Amino acid sequence: MAHMHDKDTDGLTAPTAPNPVVQTFLMLWRDKFAFVSVIFLLLVLFSAIFGPMLLEDLATKQNLRGRNAPPFDFSRDWLYWLGADALGRPLLPRIIVAAQNTIFVAAGAVFFSLTIGTVLGLIAGYTSKMWSQIIMRLADIIMSFPSLLLAVIVLFMLDSSVFNLVIVLAITRIPVYLRTARAETLEVRERMFVQAARVMGASGRRIVFRHILPVVFPTLITIATLDFAFVMLAESALSFLGIGIQPPEITWGLMVSQGRPYLTTAWWLSFWPGLAIILTTLSLNLLSHWMRTALDPAQRWRLENVRKKNG
Amino acid sequence: MGDRLLEVRNLSVDFHTSQGTVHAVRDVSWHLDRGETLAILGESGSGKSVSASAILNLIDMPPGEITSGEILFENRNLFEMTAEDRRQLNGHRIAMIFQDPLSHLNPVYSVGFQIAETMTAHGVSRAQTRARTIELLKRVGIPDAETKVDAYPHQFSGGQRQRIMIAMALALKPDILIADEPTTALDVTVQAQILALLEELQQETGMGLLLITHDLGVVAEVADRVVVMNSGQIVETGTARDVYHNPTHPYTKKLIAAIPGNGAMATPLDTGIKPILEISGLTKHYAAFVALDQVSLTVLPGESVAIVGESGSGKSTLAKTVLRLEEATSGAALFEGRDLVTMSPKELFHTRRDIQMVFQDPTQSLNPRMTIFDIIAEAFVIHPEILAKPHWKARVSQLLEQVGLKPEHMYRYPHQFSGGQRQRIAIARALALEPKLIVCDEAVSALDVSIQAQVLALLTGLQNELGLSYLFIAHDLPLVRDFAHRVIVMKSGKIVEQGPVQQIFEAPREAYTRNLIAASLSPDPEIQASRRMARHDLQEAAS
Amino acid sequence: MLNFLGKRAIASGISLVGLVLLVFFLSRLTGDPTGLYLPLDASEESRMQFREIHGLNDPLIVQFFSYMGDLIRFDFGDSIRRSEPAIDVVLRAFAWTLQLGTLTMMLVVSCAIVVGSLAAFHVGGIFDRIATFFSLIGASAPDFWVAIVAIVIFSVTLGWVPTSGTGSVAHWILPIAVLFIRPFGLIVQIVRGSMITALSSAYVKTARAKGIKNRAIIFVHALRNAMLPVITVVGDQAAALLNGAVVVETIFGFPGVGKLMIDSILQRDFTVVMAAIMVTATAIFVMNLLIDILYSILDPRIRY
Repeated sequence: MAHMHDKDTDGLTAPTAPNPVVQTFLMLWRDKFAFVSVIFLLLVLFSAIFGPMLLEDLATKQNLRGRNAPPFDFSRDWLYWLGADALGRPLLPRIIVAAQNTIFVAAGAVFFSLTIGTVLGLIAGYTSKMWSQIIMRLADIIMSFPSLLLAVIVLFMLDSSVFNLVIVLAITRIPVYLRTARAETLEVRERMFVQAARVMGASGRRIVFRHILPVVFPTLITIATLDFAFVMLAESALSFLGIGIQPPEITWGLMVSQGRPYLTTAWWLSFWPGLAIILTTLSLNLLSHWMRTALDPAQRWRLENVRKKNG
Repeated sequence: MGDRLLEVRNLSVDFHTSQGTVHAVRDVSWHLDRGETLAILGESGSGKSVSASAILNLIDMPPGEITSGEILFENRNLFEMTAEDRRQLNGHRIAMIFQDPLSHLNPVYSVGFQIAETMTAHGVSRAQTRARTIELLKRVGIPDAETKVDAYPHQFSGGQRQRIMIAMALALKPDILIADEPTTALDVTVQAQILALLEELQQETGMGLLLITHDLGVVAEVADRVVVMNSGQIVETGTARDVYHNPTHPYTKKLIAAIPGNGAMATPLDTGIKPILEISGLTKHYAAFVALDQVSLTVLPGESVAIVGESGSGKSTLAKTVLRLEEATSGAALFEGRDLVTMSPKELFHTRRDIQMVFQDPTQSLNPRMTIFDIIAEAFVIHPEILAKPHWKARVSQLLEQVGLKPEHMYRYPHQFSGGQRQRIAIARALALEPKLIVCDEAVSALDVSIQAQVLALLTGLQNELGLSYLFIAHDLPLVRDFAHRVIVMKSGKIVEQGPVQQIFEAPREAYTRNLIAASLSPDPEIQASRRMARHDLQEAAS
Repeated sequence: MLNFLGKRAIASGISLVGLVLLVFFLSRLTGDPTGLYLPLDASEESRMQFREIHGLNDPLIVQFFSYMGDLIRFDFGDSIRRSEPAIDVVLRAFAWTLQLGTLTMMLVVSCAIVVGSLAAFHVGGIFDRIATFFSLIGASAPDFWVAIVAIVIFSVTLGWVPTSGTGSVAHWILPIAVLFIRPFGLIVQIVRGSMITALSSAYVKTARAKGIKNRAIIFVHALRNAMLPVITVVGDQAAALLNGAVVVETIFGFPGVGKLMIDSILQRDFTVVMAAIMVTATAIFVMNLLIDILYSILDPRIRY
């Protein structure tokens, strides 16, 4: 099975390598699950950016006659197709508006933890043993700190604003990137092209950012996609427990929590926002799953293979 | 046709990849009889191991697909048998050993377990296996077999691991043994022992031996007949002697002509000139292990000095220490009078321009995410005094032409080039800094024979043109013979012997050097036959 | 090995001290418990008395050193809320969590190994696709949502199992089922990925050439090699469970350490929070040691 990898001809093996954007799109198209996921995520992203702008008023308008209106009543306005909550506010626009806080908290937390964790991991992996030890012990402390406890403490001291929630979640996720970046750096720094750069006289910074980071980054991005889902769930759990985002701000987790008292009479209050969470995290997981295959040269043929034989 | 032991008829195998379908082998036919050794000779990508994989049902489908042909084992077509029937043949009637035994042995099970497993998988009761396993280990020459049977693969040396693979393959006395590059990663002296063991065992059991190799020397040593493959097709078949002495196909002729070790040897340079590199008493310890022990040598301007030795001789450590990739424990390495070992980081940075390195594996020494232009121009980014930015492109073009590549390919990525081309890129990168000394660490070992010759010719040409010096680290003696002015033989971190190339090859003073030269295989079957006879007589006399 | 144990104990000790320091000061910053425990109209005098009893009047640094002093004698202080030794409260809750966590992880690991290995054997096959899809859904499911939906369906509507509390075997079913889902989804993915790597390795090729049966190739040759990355993830997941499955414990009224921690911090019952942190941190340390030992059992190349 290794025969095609060591193929060595004197001509160039890939003279007509297609444009990478087109190639990525084709590989995405071939994995239908991943393709649908990307479309769904774009939809969520669109809701997060433009939702509040377009639907804010509708989503907060109380309508006492429509309290706990059931879903699938297609005789009403499309806003009410998923039903309405205990104050008669339509659920569909509320879910769309809540996407903003939900997505932005997760995106912010992932961005900060990815950036800080990667930088610390690269430092721990490339520089002296002492720095490595300090950074790793710090990571140990964060890891052994129950993340919910940290959230409770910080959100008690400060107000539970979106920004503070981002900070708390970011801190708890730093070790994930830090450990991965360090482990990969320790491996990549021994590779021959890094040695070659050292022989040329490249500075430590140049080696880390020009040679090591581009090799490590795809792995980190794959993890970040997965982690985005994790952070979303953590934020939802915090909001559900009442220590995350506070009303009148809304997130999907908070909506599930607000619907809980009505579970037996109006299941849709909790069901729809929960479904939104599941579908988004599922899409992220499917995308991450696809990326792992697409970024691994040994697995890539599964997506590139045009003629599928024997399933 | 009658009763061949194994016959491959018109076999074609395709691999479906993103870049289209690769015809790994096309219409290949050969046969193997009892007690016979057949060699399949080919360079990388020739498809030489594909038919062996097909015999043992090891081809992954997809991406592989057998498009035509049949394989007859004792006149039964393997492709018409059930998977279970084929499994029962594997390891029982047909066994296989591989290149790189470390990765082919399961790291988490003892070698005894893995040998015994061959037997239990084919119905031998567990009670009988242990004694037989120890017996097998003794037979293949593992000392202290009673205790070593419970040791794990990582606790053995490379040669011992290949012996263990052989013991595992021969546990049930198979009719056919397939050996895929069995000695490629091994030192020459170990290679000779393994090949001798295989021959002995073949005589004992009368099995058919199918040997897959890229090395004409191995063919000359053990094969009765040879099949030469190129680009998935058989270009020539015949007895080993006929093919070597009267090749008919142009490819075979080219292959034989490219074999190193037959050219004229270089005459030594005038020693009156001042050396460019002067190493004295260089020592490197890793904890208690002494990797380099008081090594002293000199390199003259325009001279190629080869350092040869088996694995563990310290030759690569020497290269790394000179380049300050490792810090020396003691000693000095004077480059143009300044000591590399104690040099300040700033001084070292400027000296980096003068000493460059070409690594063993060009696939790994080029950053896969950088274009060729970025890889070569990095020299000018790091050392901006060489060249102003507007001239980079022109200079990169010039360098690519100098190493025999097309300048218009400078925006491609390393994976779009072949192995030989990649090594040319690595050489161009070294040249960009305008060095005076290039350290080549096994720079052509990973390349095919015909490509090796081209890259060495390039290095020699550049030396004549630019007056470069080379510190050429290698394990392959015939290559060194054709390339070096002077040869240094190392063993266990020490220099055993050094001298002009002619003296080392024609009148070696040390027994170790003599052994090393004797163990390297000649591509001529007759020379190998007479050497075998001589060895045999020696053993007779000894016993 | 002893040397390794010593090094690990020191590293963990440093982390634990850092953790205790952080929690001590951070938790004090969340406010004074006095107001929570005394009636609104309590006199200033009784407030002072309450603070005096619980040592809340001293400067923080003095409180810290007196706490540490007690700690050396294994005195974790008394719970404000329950007026009994904090460590007793914590250990009682921890026993529940430990049972819940161990049962769940045992189920998760055994199911995930079988499903993940079989999925990896025929990558892209029908079983692989189904297993991958459902494990991804599992890994994506918010546990609080699954928990309340499960309560509506199985407890309220069907009445098969009780909604909350402890007491009978039936009380355990829903919490374990809900806690099972996410780790199972994650670990199936890891097992599958790790098994794909192991099954494409050179030693598996050797095993095929030896004529070993497929079942033995998967479960003898590949699995043991593939377990190392799996164990790491299992450890992370188990650590999360030991820290208390807060959400599930809250929803199902399960008296575990996670629920205790949240309640205690909301009630400013600092001694209990501190004791809980130390007990879980120690448990995680012990578990990590067990994992390291398991590593060296599985892979003879790893020696400490």
